[in-house]
Amino acid sequence: MKQQLEAIKKQAMDKLAQISDIRELEDLKVAYLGKKGELTRILKGMGALSAEERPIVGQMANDVRATLEENIANAKLRLIREERNQRLKSEVIDVTMPGKIRAIGRKHPLTLVLDELKDIFLGMGYEIAEGPEIELDYNNFEALNIPKNHPARDTQDTFYISENVVLRTHTSPVQIRHMQNNKPPIRIICPGRVYRSDAVDATHSPVFHQVEGLVVDKGVTMGDLNGTLQAFAKSIFGKDTRIRLRPHHFPFTEPSAEVDVSCWGCGGSGCRICKGEGWVEILGAGMVHPNVLRECGIDPDIYSGFAFGMGIERITMGKFGIDDMRLLFENDIRFLKQF
Amino acid sequence: MKAPIKWLSDFVKINVPIKEYTDAMTLSGSKVEGVEDLGKDIEIVVVGKIVAIESHPDADKLRICKVDIGSEVLQIVTGAPNVKEGDYIPLALVGAKLPGGEIKLSKLRGVESYGMMCSIDELNLTKDYLPDAPDHGVYVFSGTPELGADVKDVLNLDKVVEFEITSNRPDCLSIIGLARETAATLGETFKIPKVEVKEEAGGDINDLVSIEIENPELCYRYAARAVKDVKIEPSPAWMQRRLAAAGMRPINNIVDITNYVMLEYGQPMHAFDLEQVQGRRIVVRTPKDGETIRTLDGQDRDLDSDMLLICDENRPIGVAGVMGGENSEITDKTNTILLESATFKGSSVRITGKKMGLRSEASIRFEKGLDIENAIPALNRCAELIELLGAGKVVKGIADCNRMPYEKRIMKFQPERINSFLGSEIETAQMVKIFKSLEFEVDEKNMTLIPPSFRNDIVELADLCEEIARFYGYNNIKSSLLSGKESMQGRKTYKQSMEDVIRNTMVACGLYEAYTLSFASPKVFDTINLPKDHHLRNAVVISNPLGEDFSLMRTTTLPDMLKSLSINYNRNNPEAALFELSYVYLPIEGEVLADERGTLTIGMYGGTSNFYELKGAMEELLLAMGIKQYEFRPEKDEASFHPGRTAKLYVKGKNKEMVYAATLGEIHPEVAENYECPSRTYVAVADTNVLIEASTTEKQYSQLPKFPAITRDLAIVVKDELYVAQIIEVIKQKGGEYLEEVSIFDVYKGAQVPEGMKSVAFALSFRALDRTLKDEDVNVAMDRILKNLEKSFDAQRR
Ligand SMILES: [Zn+2]
Repeated sequence: MKQQLEAIKKQAMDKLAQISDIRELEDLKVAYLGKKGELTRILKGMGALSAEERPIVGQMANDVRATLEENIANAKLRLIREERNQRLKSEVIDVTMPGKIRAIGRKHPLTLVLDELKDIFLGMGYEIAEGPEIELDYNNFEALNIPKNHPARDTQDTFYISENVVLRTHTSPVQIRHMQNNKPPIRIICPGRVYRSDAVDATHSPVFHQVEGLVVDKGVTMGDLNGTLQAFAKSIFGKDTRIRLRPHHFPFTEPSAEVDVSCWGCGGSGCRICKGEGWVEILGAGMVHPNVLRECGIDPDIYSGFAFGMGIERITMGKFGIDDMRLLFENDIRFLKQF
Repeated sequence: MKAPIKWLSDFVKINVPIKEYTDAMTLSGSKVEGVEDLGKDIEIVVVGKIVAIESHPDADKLRICKVDIGSEVLQIVTGAPNVKEGDYIPLALVGAKLPGGEIKLSKLRGVESYGMMCSIDELNLTKDYLPDAPDHGVYVFSGTPELGADVKDVLNLDKVVEFEITSNRPDCLSIIGLARETAATLGETFKIPKVEVKEEAGGDINDLVSIEIENPELCYRYAARAVKDVKIEPSPAWMQRRLAAAGMRPINNIVDITNYVMLEYGQPMHAFDLEQVQGRRIVVRTPKDGETIRTLDGQDRDLDSDMLLICDENRPIGVAGVMGGENSEITDKTNTILLESATFKGSSVRITGKKMGLRSEASIRFEKGLDIENAIPALNRCAELIELLGAGKVVKGIADCNRMPYEKRIMKFQPERINSFLGSEIETAQMVKIFKSLEFEVDEKNMTLIPPSFRNDIVELADLCEEIARFYGYNNIKSSLLSGKESMQGRKTYKQSMEDVIRNTMVACGLYEAYTLSFASPKVFDTINLPKDHHLRNAVVISNPLGEDFSLMRTTTLPDMLKSLSINYNRNNPEAALFELSYVYLPIEGEVLADERGTLTIGMYGGTSNFYELKGAMEELLLAMGIKQYEFRPEKDEASFHPGRTAKLYVKGKNKEMVYAATLGEIHPEVAENYECPSRTYVAVADTNVLIEASTTEKQYSQLPKFPAITRDLAIVVKDELYVAQIIEVIKQKGGEYLEEVSIFDVYKGAQVPEGMKSVAFALSFRALDRTLKDEDVNVAMDRILKNLEKSFDAQRR
């Protein structure tokens, strides 16, 4: 019987060495170790052995079984690994082929810039205030220290609905509404759509967008205005941006300033964007005129404030290098896909 | 305001390079728009006199001239036909630089030429600047300038700085005003040369004319001088050139002198023919009933009761500040003139000018409010120039009616308040220096300030702060960042956050954001098939639009979306999918302002666009906005849309009622054609006010199921026109407590389904929260559902 066991073991090991398929392996396992397998068959003959031989042969049979089981398990692992490697080889794809893009859309470049501005000022503690586009002449002009027939009305070509109703020429009336309904401290930005009667061309549109800001509190200084504008300019145009204030006149602020930022195209040395000046004008600002505060029931001897305003189209065009304002309102998908 | 540097230099020294000067002026508040250098690129061009001309032996069109330039006589060959012996001409010598290039010694048909005689084109000048220049050919000087002199000096080719003057500074609409600012900016001294009037005509103005102001609220001061023996002729070249450089066309000596004084002093002047002033009286008043005037431009003007007139004893002879009357115009026969120097109420001039459609350099200055104290100095300067030019003899004295005498404003000088307003630490001494350089009277003992008479804009502390800041330097004020102020928290309102949700969802649905203008043409309503009596035809009308196409505030965004899609389609973009978040403007009966309603517009064509894609975007939005109770109802009667492919969306509003929120569907082929859009174009228009009202950000977790579901398929055949929403409603009603979800997985028409019918297959899922369901539980429900579908719709199980 010992020889028989040895023979079975050798035979099984030989077959095992040649096996290349996991199903063959299963068959082999059944053939040798199964209930009707070779080993079982031999062990059935144990009864014919002597009492001395029995444990020895029994031990031997168990050894053979253990050896075969171990080798079969190893072979299985080997086969699985081989099979997997085979599959991986057959699954090679060309990773240099273009990717498939999930069809999501894009926000309009004006929205992108507006969102950025909102984020900057929300972070500086400003709220976002809104108001109507069809506005009372009072809110758009008179409360802002621009009475009827004031020469400053010349510079704002206004669309009129009636004598007392206009399409707002700036978002400043939102500031008026806010001041009339809220007590200082006030810290708001007013984004929105505004109107001036300019014909459509590469740099003008009768409809455009602004963001204005207003801060009113005790002891607000012109230095605070400078600092705020500086922080804002660095946030949106980069940390090396410098600003320059030029005295100007707006009826609703005193002192007033036009504000330039160092050119984002050349950093100040002069280029096409800044027309060689090194500076690009982007906003108007100033200390809120005492008459405006009075008109809103705020005592200018106690409170002071600053205000600023900027055109979003101009900033958007500068930021993205867009050379024709009309592109912003045509909605050609080839344009919109670029943002 | 154009200011020639040499003119400014009559009053202040400008000893810095031009770029440094203009930068400094810009930063002190006189913004420089540009610098025009009339003598740019002109070098070594001198005055020459043609002393001899002979013809060229080998060329008919050329002539050989001998030109004396003082130091020598040069041979010049010219093709210009207009020159003759004795003419003084500009001569570019060999080595001269002209805008067209450098002049070299040349040979023309064998004859050497040592230079070139210049036309105004070659000197880069225009007839505006040199009105006496010929249209073609060499420029010939009118006088006898010094031979060899630089033409830049002779022609006064100056640098001209153009300033932007803001409406609060009418005093700077003058050379003197800008010279004052220049002096304060550069730290130089400002000085007006002494004005001397000889008054050689004798007599007395008060014997010639009397002045009355009937409306002192409209005319503050009216002063006049008289000039006898007036001789109308061209003004001298120097004056013509200064006027031309400053942008005014020379006309004759009297007009030029009044314009010159207006530019120099900022005070407009007007000249009347005194012999035409009836009764030798000037009366400043508003019109009498039915009065009219024919102005200098020959137009008859109706007059409103609030317009201010300059009249003689009987009739108007001018519209104050706007234009003179034809009846008192200066003519060749005029012998005695009356020079007016007045100050009127700015807004009155402005309104009158606007009504008459007249605006001039004079009215622009009057409109902004002039310095009462400037009237007399300007009048004297005018008289001085008349004498200087020999244009007439000035009568002794000034007739002056001053009904609103200037009163000095005494203001408190509070350096500490100025510093705390600016956030600066400027020394009092420096403030005093700045105020003095601006001609304020400073009383350091009583700490008071008196602004000069020409600074009507200075009324309170903030104005004083601006003056200090301008000359201390805006950019020298140290930056701070609201330090010490209460810190505040910024956040978006609910509406603003929801608008972000809408945009983000639209983008996630593959839509690109569009922006369109808010105007509409009255014609758009027809192009979208809107019925004649539709309420959206009632729009807010702009009274002064850019044109009919922009004359209304839009009441619907549909036309603009179609226009945007059409632009894409006509540019051969195979597909487009857009959305816009904007407003429409609906008039409210009895209200002054409009109802501005937030509107979401979606539009698409091409690619995978179809009704369900559009509806899917809306459904995704409802999900994102937390709107769970809504209904899409078929809509047959929306004229802009396809009657069989359109739905209206209703959402549950505040009062638990279903509220209209959107219309979505395929655009009616007629409308699509009107806009040149593809026939399958899909648009949704939603009212975001309603959607935001119905939305919520509240979320509630519901437990994940612990027990398995049983799913059953149900395929039925029903009439084609039956809406699946109706079937689902019945299924849900009759599905029992365990019915968890119903979804459609197939809709089929064609073979094996009778004509006019369709097969719809549903997947139903049943689940109990507390146990595993048994088949029997579900069978009961399925039987009940099927029975009811048979009963309600004649449905046949497949
Ligand atoms: Zn640049």
